[in-house]
Amino acid sequence: MLSRVADSIYWLNRYVERAENVARFVEVNLNLLLDTSVAGMPQQWQPLVTTTGDRQLFEERYGDASAENVLKFLTFDSAYSNSILSCVQSARENARAVREIISSEMWEQVNTFYLWMKEAAENDYSLEQLYSFYPEVKMSSHLFAGVTDATMAHNEGWNFGRLGRLLERADKTARILDVKYYILLPSVKHVGTPLDELQWISLLKSASAYEMYRKRQRRVSPEGITKFLTLNSEFPRSILFCLLQAERSLHQITGTTMGSWCNNSERTLGRLRSELEYMTLEEVFDIGLHEFLDKLQTRLNTVGEHVYEDFMAVPLTS
Amino acid sequence: MTSLETYDPGDFYDELFASPGTPRPAAAELVRRIQSLPFAELQRRQDAAQKMLFKLGVTFNVYNDNQGTERIFPFDVIPRFVPYSEWEGLEKGLKQRIAALNCFIHDIYNDQKIIHDGVISREAIETAPGFLPACKGLQPPKGIWCHITGTDLVKDRDGSWYVLEDNLRCPSGVSYVLENRRVMKSSFPRFFDALDIQPVDDYASQLLEALLNLAPSNVSDPCVVLLTPGIYNSAYFEHSFLAQQMGIELVEGRDLVVADGYLQMRTTKGLRRVDVIYRRIDDDFLDPQAFRADSMLGVSGLMEVYRQGRVAIANAPGTGIADDKMIYAYVPQMIRYYLDEDQILQNVPTYLCEDAKQREYVLTHLDELVVKATNASGGYGMLMGPHSTDEERAAFAEKIKADPRNYIAQPTLSLSRVPTLIDGQFEGCHVDLRPFILYGKEVYVNPGGLTRVALRRGSLVVNSSQGGGSKDTWVVKESTC
Repeated sequence: MLSRVADSIYWLNRYVERAENVARFVEVNLNLLLDTSVAGMPQQWQPLVTTTGDRQLFEERYGDASAENVLKFLTFDSAYSNSILSCVQSARENARAVREIISSEMWEQVNTFYLWMKEAAENDYSLEQLYSFYPEVKMSSHLFAGVTDATMAHNEGWNFGRLGRLLERADKTARILDVKYYILLPSVKHVGTPLDELQWISLLKSASAYEMYRKRQRRVSPEGITKFLTLNSEFPRSILFCLLQAERSLHQITGTTMGSWCNNSERTLGRLRSELEYMTLEEVFDIGLHEFLDKLQTRLNTVGEHVYEDFMAVPLTS
Repeated sequence: MTSLETYDPGDFYDELFASPGTPRPAAAELVRRIQSLPFAELQRRQDAAQKMLFKLGVTFNVYNDNQGTERIFPFDVIPRFVPYSEWEGLEKGLKQRIAALNCFIHDIYNDQKIIHDGVISREAIETAPGFLPACKGLQPPKGIWCHITGTDLVKDRDGSWYVLEDNLRCPSGVSYVLENRRVMKSSFPRFFDALDIQPVDDYASQLLEALLNLAPSNVSDPCVVLLTPGIYNSAYFEHSFLAQQMGIELVEGRDLVVADGYLQMRTTKGLRRVDVIYRRIDDDFLDPQAFRADSMLGVSGLMEVYRQGRVAIANAPGTGIADDKMIYAYVPQMIRYYLDEDQILQNVPTYLCEDAKQREYVLTHLDELVVKATNASGGYGMLMGPHSTDEERAAFAEKIKADPRNYIAQPTLSLSRVPTLIDGQFEGCHVDLRPFILYGKEVYVNPGGLTRVALRRGSLVVNSSQGGGSKDTWVVKESTC
């Protein structure tokens, strides 16, 4: 398979997943707001920008972290490369470059998603309308993933797609957990209050994890939720699950047996996955949740860089 | 007019009607069938066909549009009709012409016999922008230069066919031929039952064969690729479509690299050798070492690999010389010189502005002639004499005097017309025809070709960039009519 084609399918899936997850971040916060007003807490939009890692850019362009500014920045700002609009546009550009490789159903889905986003960007949405807007973004992304699984041969290209989607998802689940860390910071005294529990519940919901969590852990607790979203091997948005599946795709691409490695992508991803597999929650809290998530994101970035070096940037003499 | 019974062919050659209410005999059955459908039904099928094309993504990109907007090439459901007996003549004529042009290109980059024998002057050739000195001495596989050609034909007022231009570089439009046919089959299945319409669907197989024909004989599973400038090119849909139909890799310049003396593509499993390129980028951009140094689309060192015979390129670099409109004027002489035959398909009479006498005639008859730049295509850089203003003619006269080699002139043809659905009624619209010819083991002509239609009322310009649309072209055997 052409390196450029692998790269395009990988990024097509990453961008669709990223769009979905930005919608998830925003949704957590929108839902939190509904409850915080009751509890008399100030609205917090700043943490959302912080977790994207693009705070500086936001402050240069918008200044004040008002609800309106943050929503606009994260959703419809075509000049910000990680806004939902930009992600969907990049996904479509990548899809267009590999139209003859992916199924026409996949192309149609990502094209429809883009046309809908573009139209939405031209309208002025009220806050109320936005509550139903973000679930639509999530659904469009799910449709794309479903159509991909059901219509494209599960070949090398498909595996690059799954690799991209799951690496992206692992990163974003880590960031969603981190949102809670930032929101908690200014008001430690709230820990353990009913409001705190509401916040954790809405965080679970934003990862579509609430119902599955209840079935498994029953009581809502920070420990339980952290464990469920990082170390669970069955829930599809948990970080460990993502790494297990991503690793499987990587090995199907190279043909190397699981448990061994032939390049840096496999070595770094395999090491990260096995560390999580054998890690206890106590160890996570010993490191500190925020520090743990931060390091995890850095290591996921390293895996991404290796994937690029091993498959996309083929050196001239090989 | 919402009925063909009252359709007026006007003072033109209409391809379906000899006079108002009287279909041409060969087309009588087709006309009867169209008339059997209520107008509203035709309109409905027209709308459905357009929607289907959009959904299939049969689109072209509009240059200078940073939204990357794609549009569909407007499509008209009333088919273009070509009787088989006429088609046989066209096919023969096209085969003859391609054979002669291929001999010509090979000759001028090698022995230049045609120059030494005084048929064409050295100057005429070497001043053509399409002549590439870097191609001198090239011996392409099997001696074939022009593998894919899209010759533009028109029918004049008296019903005779003329060749308008040859298009030997990278002609586009064949994807519309294939997709238009697919749409027409689902729109009018019963027409296909009743009429013996020549099928077009084997184009992709024929093209693949023509490309495989160029692979080195010692390679058992040759790697054929289609080289595209990328997703922003106006014909990107076609590149993607043809690659998919042939099951070959669609590559961009950045996917390719010259390594170990071979052309290779970068894959996830390392470099892989490429044996045949169907290139859809212009000569100038193929190799920054040999041609334009600023080209980002081509592959550095490609020409050297080609010269060594380690990769085949279709069409061969250098074929652009035959697209020069001044060289076009010499095609009848080429046919006589190389094949010792008389031309079957007529050229449009052409005045060469370089020649003082002919230039004088052109300058005094600008209001009757069409003047064209010799190296332009796509309907750009031309003056339509009868539709021009005094100022435009004066400006063009200056251009001709300043650079006579760059201009030719031809009498204004009255392009034939075909009834077309416009604004809820039938209207006669001018058409041209671009058949696609493949030079593989043998020469193959896809029956029919792309019919482009000028959808602006009274317009003669059929280019997609300037308000043109397309029709499905039906070559129909008479026995069943």
